[in-house]
Amino acid sequence: MTEAQLNDLAEPVIAARNLDLTFHTNDGPVHALKDVTLDINKGEFVSFIGPSGCGKTTFLRAMAGLESPTGGKISVNCMTPDEARQKRAYGYVFQAAGLYPWRTIAGNIKLPLEIMGFDKSEQEKRVRNVMELVDLKGFGKKFPWQLSGGMQQRASIARALAFDADILLMDEPFGALDEIVRDHLNEQLLKLWARTNKTIGFVTHSIPEAVYLSTKIVVMSPRPGRITDVIESTLPKVRPLDIRDTPEFLEIAHRVRDGLRAGHAYD
Amino acid sequence: MRKILAVLCVLAVIVVGWYGAAISLNAKWTHDQAKRAGTEVQFSELVADTLSQERPVLPAPHQVAVELWKTTIQKKVTSKRSLVFHGWITLSATLMGFLIGTTAGILLAVGIVHNRAMDMSVMPWAIASQTIPILAIAPMIIVVLNSIGVQGLLPKAFISAYLSFFPVVVGMVKGLRAPDMMQLDLMKTYSARSWDVFWKLRLPSSMPYFFASIKVAIAAALVGAIVAELPAGAIRGLGARMLTGSYYGQTIQIWSALFMAAFVAACLVGLVGMMQRWTLRKMGMTQ
Amino acid sequence: MSVLFFAIVIWGLATLGAVRIANGPQQQMFWAKLAVPALLGVVIVVLWEGIVRGFGVSPVILPPPSAIAVTFVSSIPVLWGDFVQTFVKGALSGYVIGCGSAFVIAILIDRSPFLQDGLMPVGNFLAAMPIIGTAPILVMWFGFDWQSKSAVVVLMVFFPMLVNTVQGLAESSVMQRDLMKTYSASYWQTLLKLRLPAAMPFIFNGLKISTTLALIGAIVAEFFGSPIRGMGFRISTEVGALNLDMVWAEITVAALAGSAFYGCVAVIEKGVTFWHPSQRG
Repeated sequence: MTEAQLNDLAEPVIAARNLDLTFHTNDGPVHALKDVTLDINKGEFVSFIGPSGCGKTTFLRAMAGLESPTGGKISVNCMTPDEARQKRAYGYVFQAAGLYPWRTIAGNIKLPLEIMGFDKSEQEKRVRNVMELVDLKGFGKKFPWQLSGGMQQRASIARALAFDADILLMDEPFGALDEIVRDHLNEQLLKLWARTNKTIGFVTHSIPEAVYLSTKIVVMSPRPGRITDVIESTLPKVRPLDIRDTPEFLEIAHRVRDGLRAGHAYD
Repeated sequence: MRKILAVLCVLAVIVVGWYGAAISLNAKWTHDQAKRAGTEVQFSELVADTLSQERPVLPAPHQVAVELWKTTIQKKVTSKRSLVFHGWITLSATLMGFLIGTTAGILLAVGIVHNRAMDMSVMPWAIASQTIPILAIAPMIIVVLNSIGVQGLLPKAFISAYLSFFPVVVGMVKGLRAPDMMQLDLMKTYSARSWDVFWKLRLPSSMPYFFASIKVAIAAALVGAIVAELPAGAIRGLGARMLTGSYYGQTIQIWSALFMAAFVAACLVGLVGMMQRWTLRKMGMTQ
Repeated sequence: MSVLFFAIVIWGLATLGAVRIANGPQQQMFWAKLAVPALLGVVIVVLWEGIVRGFGVSPVILPPPSAIAVTFVSSIPVLWGDFVQTFVKGALSGYVIGCGSAFVIAILIDRSPFLQDGLMPVGNFLAAMPIIGTAPILVMWFGFDWQSKSAVVVLMVFFPMLVNTVQGLAESSVMQRDLMKTYSASYWQTLLKLRLPAAMPFIFNGLKISTTLALIGAIVAEFFGSPIRGMGFRISTEVGALNLDMVWAEITVAALAGSAFYGCVAVIEKGVTFWHPSQRG
């Protein structure tokens, strides 16, 4: 192993220490996150699961520099999240595809590339590559409304991959899609992850999805938002969909469910 | 609170700018007078003079305020010089026209929504008519109606009615069609008559559109009534005051009539806004 | 009387035809959507002619369409001159200046919520006010010629355009603006790539409303004083001389100009906002 690789292993890509995030609303303070401590290492696929109000989205947004912590520390690539954001360290995928209806699919994928100042030929090359990665080849000239929900979300993922950030943050990206499309996209996401080796933070409501996709599952609970359990997955890195029927899978899912119950998710 | 401060700030800037413009625009007359008398004008004298001329190019804010005070509070309401009197003349035509136009507009909208032939034939014309400057022919309509003996309030009300009619038609058609397919299908499963669907579903759903269009309609009705007073011969009403003011160079009179008209417009739109908030709150439709 | 009878027959036939098309299987077809309102228009014109001729209505009160058509054709040079004076010089110049400055100011105050909070209520108030009343004042300042009419138009279109543009700029959702934050995009990048395109439907709504206001403003402003040219001037003088067929000929020009102006803006709107649900049908 080289020194660089050793160094990579040493420093977590995202590190949170006693992170606190309190919102002050008209109805009083909301403790979205309390005393959250977590490390995410390079190349990990980390899922955040929990009921509404457990702070998983808030945590993701804090990593992205879209929310400011009110206490504790969080660092991304050894910088503050805001600095990382300015250095374009990550791609973000929202729950809705959020494509611009006035741009073609290719135009939409080019959006971050234009903003970040890539030159024209580089833009074309990246758009082509990334559309192939998400299996949207040939749809470049279509408009978003001409595509199905699943395809639009794939385009949104392509957009987040286009500028080669090492980190990918995804906030319930498949939540609005039906289960069949969801399975397909889960498979594709894993293949993509294997090819690109990014560090992925993934928020989800679905236990099977969390267990299927991740190397590490973070179970959270609400009021105040906190981590109940961190589960290191024992599943192999290469996973066909059938793995969801194996006893190993079910055991991990069981553990997740126990964590959720401990956090009163089912009350 | 911040919003009120912001509005006051903007108004303060406007008033200051107004004073400055008044001084500079009225200065020429002051200098001319001074030249004729062979005297020089000091700056402080210039300021004092430009802000108190009888026929200024631009009246100062206090001059307009004083004139407004004199012609509203201090004059008897029945006096021919009272802006309240003139305001009422214009307002009565506005309100009558507005009521007629809105009622007719709603009736036509109901007809359009329930009858395909009416929908396909009338709607394109209703939409097209909004691009035609109807207001420009208001004086002609007044003259024509006068020549067949219809005078006074009615011709003005007719113009106001016409101007409020089409915004209400277009707005109410949109509103009566606002319920989505799911709601209309539900009514079908109850085997509801058109009458029931109208009163229980379409009419309540159209309330936001109703208020939006009558806000436009009442402002249009006021403008219509004012413009209808423009043909020569009109001596009563806010439009007539502006016209006579412009004939005799009485700029302060023009400005005070204009402010009165703006005040009336603001009151009318404000009243509609209040009705809107009250009604929508009662219906649980506040945004 | 025979003309009136003929007119009533046409009314009956046209109504029958319109109802049949409207309720028949062809109702969705493109030609049907044009034919039915066209039939209504024909009916109105024919009835007009029939009633005026049949009841011998004095031409001083309401001239028949045929007389108007004749006067129209014979007065084309005068009508054209009036059109250029009022529409091209007065309305169009005021429209460009008014809408342009409203757009620029909307962008300038975009970065200051304080200025927006202050200007918007004042702007809404002024947009509801009968601005047409400022016409005599502006004639006094800018003189009788087209400049004062242009000034009236600027005042009339400014506030509706400002209100619409500011509303449009507020349209982009929080999620979209968050996405721009994740790209660390600058204010201008966000404005040009996201907020302005998203604002286009509102901006064009303002532009369309302004076309009507511009023409009205230019014509009515001429009632307060004008050189011996212009649509408003012609209407008021010919009304005074009781030449109502000339008045109606001018009204026809105004109607055509108004609808053509609006139509042009609507066509451009369709091109720019092709993506909006209202344009996709």
